[in-house]
Amino acid sequence: MNHQVVTYLAEGVDWIRFDVDALLGQFWNNTIEGLSQGSIYALVALGYTLVYGVLRLINFAHSEVFVFGVFAAYFTFYGLGFRPGPTVTLGIGELILFLLLALIAAMAVSGATAVVLERVAYRPLRRRNAPSLVFLITAIGASFVMQQVLFIWRGGNAEQAIRLLRPEPVFTVFNTAVTNIQIITVLAALVLLVVADTFINRTRLGRGIRAVAQDPDTATLMGVNKERVIMITFLVGGLLAGAAALFYLMKIPQGASYQGGFLLGIKAFTAAVLGGIGNLRGALLGGLLLGVVENYGQSLFGGDWRDIVAFVLLIVILMFRPTGILGESLGKARV
Amino acid sequence: MSDVTDTGAKPGGEVDDDAEVPAVGGIVAELRHMSAEERARHEAEVAEVVAPDREIEVGVGDTLLAMRDVTLRFGGLVALDSVSFEIKRGEILGLIGPNGAGKTTCFNVITGVYRPTAGQVLLEGHPLGRRKRYAITQLGIARTFQNIRLFNEMTALENVVVGADARHRTSVLGALVRGPRHHREERQAVERAMALLEFVGIADRAADKAKNLPYGYQRRLEIARALATEPKLLCLDEPAAGFNPAEKEGLMELIRTIRDDGYTVLLIEHDMRLVMGVTDRIVVLEFGKKIAAGLPAEIRENPAVIAAYLGVPDDGVA
Repeated sequence: MNHQVVTYLAEGVDWIRFDVDALLGQFWNNTIEGLSQGSIYALVALGYTLVYGVLRLINFAHSEVFVFGVFAAYFTFYGLGFRPGPTVTLGIGELILFLLLALIAAMAVSGATAVVLERVAYRPLRRRNAPSLVFLITAIGASFVMQQVLFIWRGGNAEQAIRLLRPEPVFTVFNTAVTNIQIITVLAALVLLVVADTFINRTRLGRGIRAVAQDPDTATLMGVNKERVIMITFLVGGLLAGAAALFYLMKIPQGASYQGGFLLGIKAFTAAVLGGIGNLRGALLGGLLLGVVENYGQSLFGGDWRDIVAFVLLIVILMFRPTGILGESLGKARV
Repeated sequence: MSDVTDTGAKPGGEVDDDAEVPAVGGIVAELRHMSAEERARHEAEVAEVVAPDREIEVGVGDTLLAMRDVTLRFGGLVALDSVSFEIKRGEILGLIGPNGAGKTTCFNVITGVYRPTAGQVLLEGHPLGRRKRYAITQLGIARTFQNIRLFNEMTALENVVVGADARHRTSVLGALVRGPRHHREERQAVERAMALLEFVGIADRAADKAKNLPYGYQRRLEIARALATEPKLLCLDEPAAGFNPAEKEGLMELIRTIRDDGYTVLLIEHDMRLVMGVTDRIVVLEFGKKIAAGLPAEIRENPAVIAAYLGVPDDGVA
């Protein structure tokens, strides 16, 4: 019927297209790639959602907690003797070992960064009962400070990529190759999300987190150590961001960059709001949805429209469901 | 890891002995099918959990908690004016007074919500000092709230388990990897919470979210949650508010049983009949000052108390 590869809206208009063929032609490819990117968004989104649930604070510095993890993973590779250049061929055992080491390093660094951030930036404000606007501006300030620290240390250019793993198709579905990196990312993210969900819903500390999220004053009167709960919340969010950092580094064409967290952080935050902030499963759903839809949008409208599609989606969904798809949770009871 | 259900409480009868926490639905179903004999044995077990053997012999009569000249000011407002009284171990002490007399403020000072401007609160002779609220709870003071404050999005059982958590020690790592110790403590906490729900008489709704419980159940749930922290002193803030006479009678019975199990109770209550019927001693506050203390019979006859309640002017004739 329509044999044009690209359908322009009007004669001479080339800044936007409406390319249904591309959308349909790359549908499965986009879906799979979107799910794998969405997994990364979801892992980072959990950090926003957890902290919001407990403190009603949008921790804008969470994107830098993530970037610290990216650098940790990068320099773990470096420390293990790898240098930028062509991908080295490794045995499967070695590969798993090195990736695990990088994962542990990234999670440790991000987790520690989040806890230190809480101690240095937020706890003193809590002690003084600062209004929530002060927390917000502190979060933004902390984000800039951390970004600039990385800039001063490593300069403005992204590191050169170090690759341990070449993306290789493992199997094909719907005529679309699924790569090893995509599989690792999605599976690892799912495992971590299940662990986090279990932790929040079925352990003593998770119960403490939910209790504080619902009613901090009552929780402390029932013997819950609120400060400890807050620390653990930041720690868990940091650990997940650290894991996301490694998968991100495996995916992007360049190495670690001081700016790497900005857009990803905003998108992860968007994912959290999309799913219903404070809601763990909402973060997962929002992350995956965002990842998939922005890939569709890219095919349909052209590459430059990718981020626009992501945020228009947010606005449209919030118009109809202001509390996000699954609704706010964790602390629904709190006004 | 295979199980990602919402909460620890699973509906249905899948009682899996050495895995996960016991299913709530299972316990409730079990109770229904018990013979009278089994039921009696089970009730004895419940009683054992609710009133465990204390390490220290319950010495009735020695001072558990003392308020020493406690004054609390908010700017120019004096909420508590040099209030002193003692709560003896094993008694039910009633705290009464007209609206705004400072009863709930007293609770807030005892539980660490407010720190006294002057004076001290001593638990077993040790000043509470600048301890944090959770630490005071762990020392052994628990409370309920005049306006119910449950964790609404949690099940009744979970609410009580949060209280029980105050007595459990699992490291962050232990909980993250859900190690054997965490596992054991979870089991114990859930069993204990279930026993407490039975004790206060609301076990049939254990798996329901707190917000979906009937009003009377919510009040009783608050008591169960407070008991779960294993308090030496249980502070009840108008636990019978909004109850009809029959419900009040039932609650009095419960409070007496709690006392008989070895707990010490501090009770704020508006209903005079209830207070007179259940308390061992009474302290009366008015405008933040203690105006009387004594046995219920004495308080009933005390002219200052009658004046405070009936609003008779100080100079007799207006």
